Amino acid sequence: MPSYTLNLNGGTRTVAVAADTPLLWVLRDHLNLTGTKYGCGRGLCGSCTIHFNGTAVRSCMLPVSDLGDAALTTIEGLSPDGLNALQTAWCEHDVPQCGYCQAGQIMTAAAFLRDNPTPTDDEIDQALAGNLCRCGTYVRIRSAVKAAAVALQKEGGQ
Amino acid sequence: MKPLPLPVSRRDFIRVSSLAGGGFVLSLALPNNSLGQAAGALDDTAKVFTPSPFIKITPEGIITILAKNPETGQGVKTSLPMIVAEELDADFSTIVIEQAALRDDVGAQFAGGSRSTPDNYMLLRRAGATARAMLITAAAQIWSVRVNELTTDNGRVVHAATGRSLTYGQLATTAATLPIPDERNVRLKSDSEFRVLGSRVGGVDNPDIVTGRAQFGMDIKLPGMVYAAYTKCPVFGGKLVRANIDHLKTLPGVRDAFAVEGTGDITGLLPGVAIVADSTWAAFSAKAQLEAEWDERAGVGHSTASYAARAAELGRTRGEPVRNDGDVDAAFNSAATTIEADYFYPFLNHATLEPQGCTAWARDGGLEFWTTSQTPGSGRDLVASTFNLPKESLKLNLIRAGGGFGRRLRNDYMVEVAAIALRVNAPVKLTWTREDDMRHCFFRPAGFHHLKGAVDAAGQFSAWHNHFITFGFNSTQSPTSGGGLSPDELPARFIPNYRLEQSIISTMVPTGPLRAPGSNGLAFVMQSFIDELAHAADRDPVEFRLELLGEDRLVPPTDGRGAHYSTGRMKGVVSKAAAESGWGSPLPRGEGRGIAFHFSHQGYVAMVAHVAVSTEGTLRVKHVTAVADVGPIINLSGAENQMQGSVIDGLGMAWFQEITFESGRTVQSNFHDFPLLRLPESPAISVHFIQSDNPPTGLGEPGYPVVPPAICNAIFAACGQRIRTLPITKNDLRWA
Repeated sequence: MPSYTLNLNGGTRTVAVAADTPLLWVLRDHLNLTGTKYGCGRGLCGSCTIHFNGTAVRSCMLPVSDLGDAALTTIEGLSPDGLNALQTAWCEHDVPQCGYCQAGQIMTAAAFLRDNPTPTDDEIDQALAGNLCRCGTYVRIRSAVKAAAVALQKEGGQ
Repeated sequence: MKPLPLPVSRRDFIRVSSLAGGGFVLSLALPNNSLGQAAGALDDTAKVFTPSPFIKITPEGIITILAKNPETGQGVKTSLPMIVAEELDADFSTIVIEQAALRDDVGAQFAGGSRSTPDNYMLLRRAGATARAMLITAAAQIWSVRVNELTTDNGRVVHAATGRSLTYGQLATTAATLPIPDERNVRLKSDSEFRVLGSRVGGVDNPDIVTGRAQFGMDIKLPGMVYAAYTKCPVFGGKLVRANIDHLKTLPGVRDAFAVEGTGDITGLLPGVAIVADSTWAAFSAKAQLEAEWDERAGVGHSTASYAARAAELGRTRGEPVRNDGDVDAAFNSAATTIEADYFYPFLNHATLEPQGCTAWARDGGLEFWTTSQTPGSGRDLVASTFNLPKESLKLNLIRAGGGFGRRLRNDYMVEVAAIALRVNAPVKLTWTREDDMRHCFFRPAGFHHLKGAVDAAGQFSAWHNHFITFGFNSTQSPTSGGGLSPDELPARFIPNYRLEQSIISTMVPTGPLRAPGSNGLAFVMQSFIDELAHAADRDPVEFRLELLGEDRLVPPTDGRGAHYSTGRMKGVVSKAAAESGWGSPLPRGEGRGIAFHFSHQGYVAMVAHVAVSTEGTLRVKHVTAVADVGPIINLSGAENQMQGSVIDGLGMAWFQEITFESGRTVQSNFHDFPLLRLPESPAISVHFIQSDNPPTGLGEPGYPVVPPAICNAIFAACGQRIRTLPITKNDLRWA
């Protein structure tokens, strides 16, 4: 079994897994990072979204052998204390119902706001169009992303 | 208005459950009248105050409240403890919420039928009030004052006359020594004293959800755990003939592979091939290498096209009479306006975002489960009967589910993992692929309605005929689970001449309850055709509906069983939906509003949708106004979330979703061919509650059925295209 050293959440982790193992399952089964979810296995739902060198990607489509030394961030590594502006906004807006998709939603939104700190409503909608929420929390996701953008602007201005 | 009587008797409870569940058996453990019987169950430390299984208060002041029911996203892990905290008079934000395992001293533990709130409201209020009364008695003893000199304030007992106070923690040790009073003598708060109930409280697991720490069914990890996949015949219930099991055993990471014999129960253990591996990916990879020959004979002739052809044949005949009021034919003959239409809604999958699965560990002669079941008691019974195990040897931990929607009312994944765990000397986690989940479901059954309706010369809705063609599970005699039409379904009981006939197509496809079972298809048909009649008679669709509902009254169920229908409450939500949405105000060409209402699960809901349809036929849903009367609201934030979610879910269902079959096989496999609504397609949503003085009821279900007809009626208003077949994508919406 080949061995891979991952640049993950600011540290390094080494795993011995089959070369074609998607990062999703490396995280979940081998590294106990279960915040990244399996929903479809085909890049259709967004539940497994992580950051790959700062870009939001689907970890179910990313074989471990293709990762190299890319900087990987999962929901567990998004902020040290869970108080990222998005995470705070998600709680303030009471976004989750079942909650299964929300880590993926937040990871997509985090990468998006980094690139576009002052988004319009349409831009938010398009940025998160690939993240499915079966419970239908979209209205609150929209509000929470807007609120987080405002909060980040304030932080940046200080 | 007189409050509606709530069905809380055991008989009614079973009736409601079987309506929602279509045959699933609930483990009935109704609460004991005396909470005293259960005292001390949560903790045996004498210093800890545990007046009931629901409350634990330590001398250090830590207050723990038990969340009794499965959490599937409907919010009961937050809302049910809020009810306890209200009567306990404690600060909800400081309370520790503990998810209950399946136990026998807290009443029935299930998530279905929107029953969590109505079944537990008084039970949990009394539990909280009893604890509060005992804490007051403890303080009275300590201070040697009379009980009636004492009050409580957010976790403290207060003696106003002397300004003294003690926290609940300081009183816990004394309270733990007191006898538990008769709950009938315990005073409950009046509504005006509420400070927790009706407020906005965020989900108690939110901080864990947004940081990835919340544990869902699929996230369970146990020492030495192995990972399993299970493959069943693509045709429901078909048996395995042969498979390359020896080859599977040689694949990387695979520990074992074996065939499992089924039990012949379509809702239980179906035949298949189990693969046990070192990781989920190894199990899935081996599953992809499975070469199996199945006996698929049961599926021959069972295709969506053959069902449609059979329905068309049946539609040309008369069905079995179900209900016949007045003289329908005479009313048609004398009517000013008569219209006919055929309606269809398809099979549907629940498509919970977390696919089915379960973890189990066989040890010490028993089995322990970590399950996301909505009916864990039934799951325990199914495992016990399937494997001939004593119920006492089965332990069930209830784990947060990534969505339920009725799919997890069934417990097939529990017997599958049990079959594997009983063979493997380690804890085992079974995970279904999305493809497994899409293809093996207890689908919402399709339905065909051949309708004729009439409006008389005075513009009054005068007659209705429906030949309803539904499905039976390997039967032409009785409807399959989720495929029934109550003879009391509106407009029955509301118009003088009403006739319902029924025909049944036999299917081998397993069906079951999906969010608001029955209602989720029927409301589309009834509220759309009522809309057609209103337009045909040139009547305003809101006025026409208010007139149909008539005077304020309670309309009793025809056979004495079931819920009364309060016309006043329904007219209340219809009128408010019209008012809040600006009903009747002018809109640009290509835009329209549609109204619909429906009563289900004790909830009265009306919605107005505002849509735009381009001349090229592109639909955009701009706004949905939703109004519900489910009595007082427990958690305003959670309640609004359920209604918003119902709108999104109902819109996605109506717009895009359809499950089809070819020779007994499900055609769809993943979200590319069974789409969910996406953020850019989501409308703005306004939610309003009429908090009537009626007992509170649940909100998981009653909003969902109202959405499709509100949308479709709005499409008609926008572009003149009447949607009679779902999903909407099957219709050409172009106009000029």
